[in-house]
Amino acid sequence: MDTVTLIGALSVLAAGLCVAIGGIGPALGEGNVAANALRAMAQQPDEAGNITKTMYIAMAMVESTAIYAFVVTMMIMYANPFWNYAVQVAEKAAQ
Amino acid sequence: MTAIILSVMIVLALGIGTCLWVKNTIGRCLLIFLILSTWWSSVIIGTESSGGLDLENLDTMPILTIGPVTVGGTVFYSWIVMAVLTVLSWLVTRRLKTTLHVSYLQTAMEMVVMAIRSQIKAVSGDNPARYMPIMGTFFLFIGLSNLMTVIPWFRAPTASLSTTVAFSLCVFCAMPIYGIRNAGVIGYLKKYIDPTPVMLPLNILSDFSSMFSLAFRLYGNMLSGAIITSILMMFVPVLVPLPMQILGLVTGTIQAYVFALLAIVYVSSVSPKQPFEDHLNFY
Repeated sequence: MDTVTLIGALSVLAAGLCVAIGGIGPALGEGNVAANALRAMAQQPDEAGNITKTMYIAMAMVESTAIYAFVVTMMIMYANPFWNYAVQVAEKAAQ
Repeated sequence: MTAIILSVMIVLALGIGTCLWVKNTIGRCLLIFLILSTWWSSVIIGTESSGGLDLENLDTMPILTIGPVTVGGTVFYSWIVMAVLTVLSWLVTRRLKTTLHVSYLQTAMEMVVMAIRSQIKAVSGDNPARYMPIMGTFFLFIGLSNLMTVIPWFRAPTASLSTTVAFSLCVFCAMPIYGIRNAGVIGYLKKYIDPTPVMLPLNILSDFSSMFSLAFRLYGNMLSGAIITSILMMFVPVLVPLPMQILGLVTGTIQAYVFALLAIVYVSSVSPKQPFEDHLNFY
């Protein structure tokens, strides 16, 4: 397997793993946030507006971890720095 | 072809159904516009980019050329959003009324402004008029540019990292300005050695990381919405991406809210010595 193939294959693999593993933690965290917010709203329906507002902020903060994983995946897929380097090396070798 | 006819029928059914359900002229117009535009944009994008991911870089996508300057997609779409905001607010504030018969637009804008004011008051506990210009602009700009994605060919400028990093840089500059205004230079710098001086590097780092997360959260959310829609377009171009686009409207509004709210939290983290007392109850 030459370098370009290796980098391409490993990039796809890494992108999939990045989203898969990076999605576990935020998913658990968001479920936790939602469950606790629902419990709090069931106990204190008067505070529902306040709880919802805080829940949105907390959700967005938890979610940002998943978004980091997503951004890294996008970088691997569409703006891979090693890919251009490998292509350049291959072109030089071909000349 | 069958799919297009089927989707026209379903859109008609949806439109008639919602018109029967909503008993209000403006609500009906808005709903019809929403349904038609999401359907239309899904059809257009589905037929134009058949089979390819429409993920051209928004920054470098050339749209206009004025002399030697080539205007990219991000700047161009930001200009559109700015123009809409400016024209709308000019139309509304041209003749403000305090009589009983107030125009629809003025009532709507008053609702938006008062909602922003009360949120700022609730989060910062300070005079909302101080934070209103910058934070209200953030909310309106991000919210409008996220909502305008239902218009065909429009791409949200917030789905580009340049825009969101520019926003978070604005917040980063506003933080010391408001902090020094609230508590003076020494009071502001005390924030960095808050529990103990040992926390100094962590406090400095947290400033940068919060700005980083502010920019990447908005960018990632908007980009992921666009990618999900365009991936669905590849498989089923007609009507199936519609619920995802409607979901995108909800996410866009929530993200605008979260961005503005977190910006207020960061900016008002150094609060003034005496708490704000609202005698006029003016918000």
